[in-house]
Amino acid sequence: MIFHGPILGLLLGSLLVSFMLVYSAFYAVQILLRWDMRSGSEIQLGLERRTYLISVLITYALGFQLLSLFLFIYTADHLAPLFVGAMCAAGSLNVNPWGYPTIVLKIVNFILGAVWLVINFTDNRAWDYPLIRKKYALLLCIAPLILAETIFQTAYSAGLHPNIITSCCGTLFTADAAGVTSGIIALPPIPLAVTFYTLMGATLICGVYYRRAGKGVTLFSILSSLTFLASGVALISFIPLYFYELPTHHCPFCLLHKEYLYVGYALYLAFLGGVISGLGVGILKPFSGVESLKGVVPGIQRRLALASLVSNGISLLIVVYGVLSSNLILLD
Amino acid sequence: MTMSAFEKHRHVIDFTLSSLLRRKGKNFSLLAVYTFVIFLVASVMFLTHSIKEDAYMVLTDAPEITVQKLMAGRHDLIPLSYMEPIREIRGVQSVEPRLWGYYFDGTNKANYTLVVKKEMNNTPGAISVGNGVARNLLVKENGIIPFKAYDGSYLFLKIKDVFSSESELVSSDLILISEQDFRKIFAFPPDVATDLVLRVRNPRELTTIATKINQMFPDTRPILREEILRTYEAVFDWRGGLVIIILWGAALAFVILAWDRATGLSAEEKREIGILKAIGWETSDVLLMKFWEGAVISFSAFSFGLLLAYAHVYFASFILFESTIKGWSIIYPQFRLTPFVSIYQIATLFFLTVVPYTVTTIAPSWRAATIDPDMVMRA
Repeated sequence: MIFHGPILGLLLGSLLVSFMLVYSAFYAVQILLRWDMRSGSEIQLGLERRTYLISVLITYALGFQLLSLFLFIYTADHLAPLFVGAMCAAGSLNVNPWGYPTIVLKIVNFILGAVWLVINFTDNRAWDYPLIRKKYALLLCIAPLILAETIFQTAYSAGLHPNIITSCCGTLFTADAAGVTSGIIALPPIPLAVTFYTLMGATLICGVYYRRAGKGVTLFSILSSLTFLASGVALISFIPLYFYELPTHHCPFCLLHKEYLYVGYALYLAFLGGVISGLGVGILKPFSGVESLKGVVPGIQRRLALASLVSNGISLLIVVYGVLSSNLILLD
Repeated sequence: MTMSAFEKHRHVIDFTLSSLLRRKGKNFSLLAVYTFVIFLVASVMFLTHSIKEDAYMVLTDAPEITVQKLMAGRHDLIPLSYMEPIREIRGVQSVEPRLWGYYFDGTNKANYTLVVKKEMNNTPGAISVGNGVARNLLVKENGIIPFKAYDGSYLFLKIKDVFSSESELVSSDLILISEQDFRKIFAFPPDVATDLVLRVRNPRELTTIATKINQMFPDTRPILREEILRTYEAVFDWRGGLVIIILWGAALAFVILAWDRATGLSAEEKREIGILKAIGWETSDVLLMKFWEGAVISFSAFSFGLLLAYAHVYFASFILFESTIKGWSIIYPQFRLTPFVSIYQIATLFFLTVVPYTVTTIAPSWRAATIDPDMVMRA
């Protein structure tokens, strides 16, 4: 365990977020069991009031969650000098088996939380809480994941003993190492780049088509999710190569360094923004048939689609700029 | 006519500010405590970080490998005969013996670090001293310092110059001395040194060279520069973290205060919210107002706290925590640290202070926002 300011901050933040989620989950169960719009009972009135509290709690929790994702990566990056062989976050996350699961959970939880907020926002536009059961059922799925994240993060921090020899990012992300990441690298970068650009292009075209014609919601949503997955793979396979101008350096965390003008932050945010708004468009689709939401859902969907287009556009611009301005040319 | 979202927020902030100012006493006392907590935590963080940066700056010029001899697990003097075999290891550029030690000055009750410097060998009888030594002894250039040697005799050494380096943290208690004088003071045997320092150009060979030295002389301990850096980093992180943990007591007290303030709505505040709701504010609008209230208070406290901590650490030599973080010694280095503030520190500080405060105030804000106007008006 390291007594390190940022780690203490992260642990405290996670504990508070978990507390907020557990508290919300408790009322989520009550709502699922007892919610009855027609009733004017004290319980029902109490629950209706409670929904305001839970919206606020989750909004704050999500805000903290996003900050903590970046603080976590940055902290891992900062801890690297404490571990022999670790040169950046890639190495220090590998110090014990909890590092990478924590970061994956942080990303998943952030996306789920944001989707929840989209549903919540839509639900609040109607007078009769049409989505209340669905959104609180989703909340019950998110809460255990947040708890798991807190436990993983605590286990990771508790297992940090300076001087443990870890593979540095140079060896960690090379093809002969075992594990998931090496599986991604072993894929040839050029076909992956083609896949990434194709999916990105298809998402953008489909998004524009949807904005124009109002059709193709499901396809657009699926495409944005696939693009996000492809971006994740691309972040370890070919994007860094161009930014570092090194055909062997696959680390997605060094992009966050000053040497690369912190481009990683913009890129990560754009990828996350793209998938959240893209997913949101599709998730709202089944609700457009609800009577009290008929006039509301299409407007929200259109705005989300625009947000997704802008985010994906920005990330595409960053990647294309990185590739074109790089001195590296991949021949295959 | 619909108000744009921006306009709405602007009006709510406007209202919030005037409402906060109407209850000056209550809000300012909260703000003062909040600022103080942030100030304490921020001071510790700035200080630890800057000391680490300073140590780092000093150590970047340190030799790549230091070789110490061990005797029953304790640091022992190393025979000069070890030098030749080490120099022959491939990759080692140079091997130099180092002579240094600690001298306790009984009259001034202070410990000095005596280090032999080659350049001083031509002028035996002369020394150059660090700022701290000069301050402690109230001596200046050309002054004389008496040293009591280990054989009981006295040695009077003349101060050639007083030096200050970029980091007084390490040079404060330093005395540079010639080899002859050094050996005389400590009755140091002629064929040994305190330790050996190696220069190695290729960092990738460091571990191999260290392993070879260890095989050749199992009674030695090669220390890499990276290991020293890592240890410094860990030690200062640890100290900083420890102080933060201690400060959590204060933070917790503050959180309780904030909770109490937020829960105990005065009759006047209740009436205000009741009226707002009666004239058409919705629960979400009151929540928005409460959000801005928290944001204004947090932002002010955060900014003031940061500025105060900055002044405390970089202009006032962090008087509050000096001994905790720096360690103990008679000769305290007097120094101004290089200011170093990063987004990283600010984000950490945010998590340690603003996040707990905000979480504390959510439930009370909600309770206030869901007040039944009817109930308040009647009360």
